[in-house]
Amino acid sequence: MTLALELAYWQQLAIKVLAILVIVPTATAIIVQTFLFKMMAHMQSRLGPMEAGPHGTLQLMADGAKFVQKELLAPARADRRVFTLAPVVVLLSTFLLFVVIPAGPGIVAENLDLGIFFALAVSSISVLGVLMAGWASANKYALMGGLRAAGQLIAYELPLVLAVVGVVIQAGDLSLQGIVRAQAEGEIFGFGLIGLPFVLTQFLGFALFLIATQAELTQPPFDMPVAESELVAGFQVEYSGLQFLYFYLGEFGAAFAFSALAATMFLGGWWVPGLDLEGGLLANVVGPVVLFAKTMAVAFVIFWIRFTYPRLREDQLQSFAWKYLIPLSLVNILVTGAFKVIF
Amino acid sequence: MSMLTEHQQRAYIGGQAAEARVNLELETDGMTLNIGPQHPATHGTLRIITRLDGEQVISAEPVMGYMHRGYEKLTEVRTYPQINTLINRIDWLSSFANEVPFILAAERLMEIEAPPRAQWIRTIFFELSRIANITLFLGEMGVQLGAITAVFYAFRDREHVLNQIEAATGGRFHPNYDRIGGLKEDLPKGWVAETKSVMAKVRDFCDEMETLVGTNEIFETRTRGIGVIPVEVALGYGLSGANIRASGLDWDLRRDSDTPLAWKEVDWKVWTHPDGDSFARYWVRLQETREATLIVDQLLDGLPAGPIMAKVPRIIKVPPGEAWVATENPLGEMGYYLVSKGDLGPFRVKIRTPSFNNISIVPWVLKGVYVPDVITILASLYFILGDIDR
Repeated sequence: MTLALELAYWQQLAIKVLAILVIVPTATAIIVQTFLFKMMAHMQSRLGPMEAGPHGTLQLMADGAKFVQKELLAPARADRRVFTLAPVVVLLSTFLLFVVIPAGPGIVAENLDLGIFFALAVSSISVLGVLMAGWASANKYALMGGLRAAGQLIAYELPLVLAVVGVVIQAGDLSLQGIVRAQAEGEIFGFGLIGLPFVLTQFLGFALFLIATQAELTQPPFDMPVAESELVAGFQVEYSGLQFLYFYLGEFGAAFAFSALAATMFLGGWWVPGLDLEGGLLANVVGPVVLFAKTMAVAFVIFWIRFTYPRLREDQLQSFAWKYLIPLSLVNILVTGAFKVIF
Repeated sequence: MSMLTEHQQRAYIGGQAAEARVNLELETDGMTLNIGPQHPATHGTLRIITRLDGEQVISAEPVMGYMHRGYEKLTEVRTYPQINTLINRIDWLSSFANEVPFILAAERLMEIEAPPRAQWIRTIFFELSRIANITLFLGEMGVQLGAITAVFYAFRDREHVLNQIEAATGGRFHPNYDRIGGLKEDLPKGWVAETKSVMAKVRDFCDEMETLVGTNEIFETRTRGIGVIPVEVALGYGLSGANIRASGLDWDLRRDSDTPLAWKEVDWKVWTHPDGDSFARYWVRLQETREATLIVDQLLDGLPAGPIMAKVPRIIKVPPGEAWVATENPLGEMGYYLVSKGDLGPFRVKIRTPSFNNISIVPWVLKGVYVPDVITILASLYFILGDIDR
């Protein structure tokens, strides 16, 4: 904070915007390279990209350059304005997610008091973009994909929010910095050295959050909106070049952001024992590294599930959400509330 | 238009009507969706015109012929050895199994019997091509449901089997190994031991698939009770192979028909499943792959010595007559009705391919299911486009 406070508001803003503009593509690149290219290849017992650069490390550059070179095509009957806007809306939602995630005591674009509420709210905007893309493509497959995404929204957004409520009750704070602080200052039966990562008490909430995240990211087992074997690629089917890249950035950027959110809410965020909660150079340097490590750990789990499970059917997702996820998250809230009152 | 059949006309009109309907505003009484001919779930160029209400299929009609290569006609202008190369390409995943019934039909007309060693090796290769074919199905079924990992494992382990086929025949996909009166050449040295180790690997693969896909809860919810085909309906549509065994009918041409191949010499079991749903079809094929490895193991143990070629004239002319030979191919009953007038090539060949009959049930079985289930059911019926259109 000390560094940023000496600057004028517009200078701060410029730095923040620039930082997020750099972080989102970088995070996406790391996620795609590590998990989509390499981990997936190892799990499926194949090589993955190997030719571009040592061990295929430059494959992303090649892919990025490929997308930039490609012509932007739009179907003749597409609603041009909405068609162009849709990928931007999806990407926007991803960018906004990064605004509230703290990576150190002073490293956060905007420490909103309603941080987690804001994060969940903006994450839902992406569905709007998906629906726009599905409708504007003038393609039946895209339309079905878009409508499935909209139907899915209700099914997973509720458990997602309800899973977070448990954390919020326990922390007594909606801001993500506050949640990190609550975990750092917590104690396990009087043993306060490692704080109290909420995953220990909110394990049910953590599981529910991860499941709902899979749906939010339209990944298997909840990838019906894109379902490549039935809807070919759903709402993305008519997109090419940079616009397709935007969807990609949006999807994997959101994967990183949601992993970071989960790491912040359940694994203690940027804090590890020994770091000063109030600020200081050490915490601001080590914090981002810690958060990154925890985020990658969560992302590993998310992508592991992605590469392993088959896809559910739309109605099966609905019944799964309403019969199991939502009741379970309500129970979680009830129990958390009861414990909060008792202790 | 006059050149088109009524079926094609209807398909064409259906397509045009669908186009027109998109332009009509607020037309909400259903939608026509063309699944294919370019669609990843149709393994090639099958087209299915579906009429949808929301995501529910009101009616579905398969349109085939996009890959028609006219093999029945082509056989009339080829000599018998040439036809062997041609029919390799019908069901391209189990090419050797395509050769066998044709060669057997020709042998029957010529009254030649291949020596026992040749028959045993034929049976071994028949089962190897079954394994090469069905392993791919086991993975493919996963990928159609979104579990992409399974298909890579399938490709990885199918490679071992293809290597064995290549080692003996020189061809990975199209061996062209069967000859009237015997085989092209004998097995190479060390092949028997190597094939046995490959069979063990395939059994491991089957176990892996069972844990990875077959017993997965999501897989079961997606396939159990989906696309149920009662045995009477299956019989009515002429289904064969694992599709009808999954409906509970205990019928396998390897056991039930009278061919000179060596299945009768070994112990094995015909697997059936009472349910008739997509899961049953997957399960039956999984068991059959495992059973096929056991058959190969036993055949390799008991492989008789001797020549691999009977006495056959240098220029093959088949005496006049008619013969029908059908075998239990990986996809179902495959048969050749061979009519000869005593020439170098046949007068007429009717090819009965299993996939053609197997997908004839599509309009019946897809009625009322959801779009995602269309893919599951098509995948579980398991067809090869070359086998449909030939």
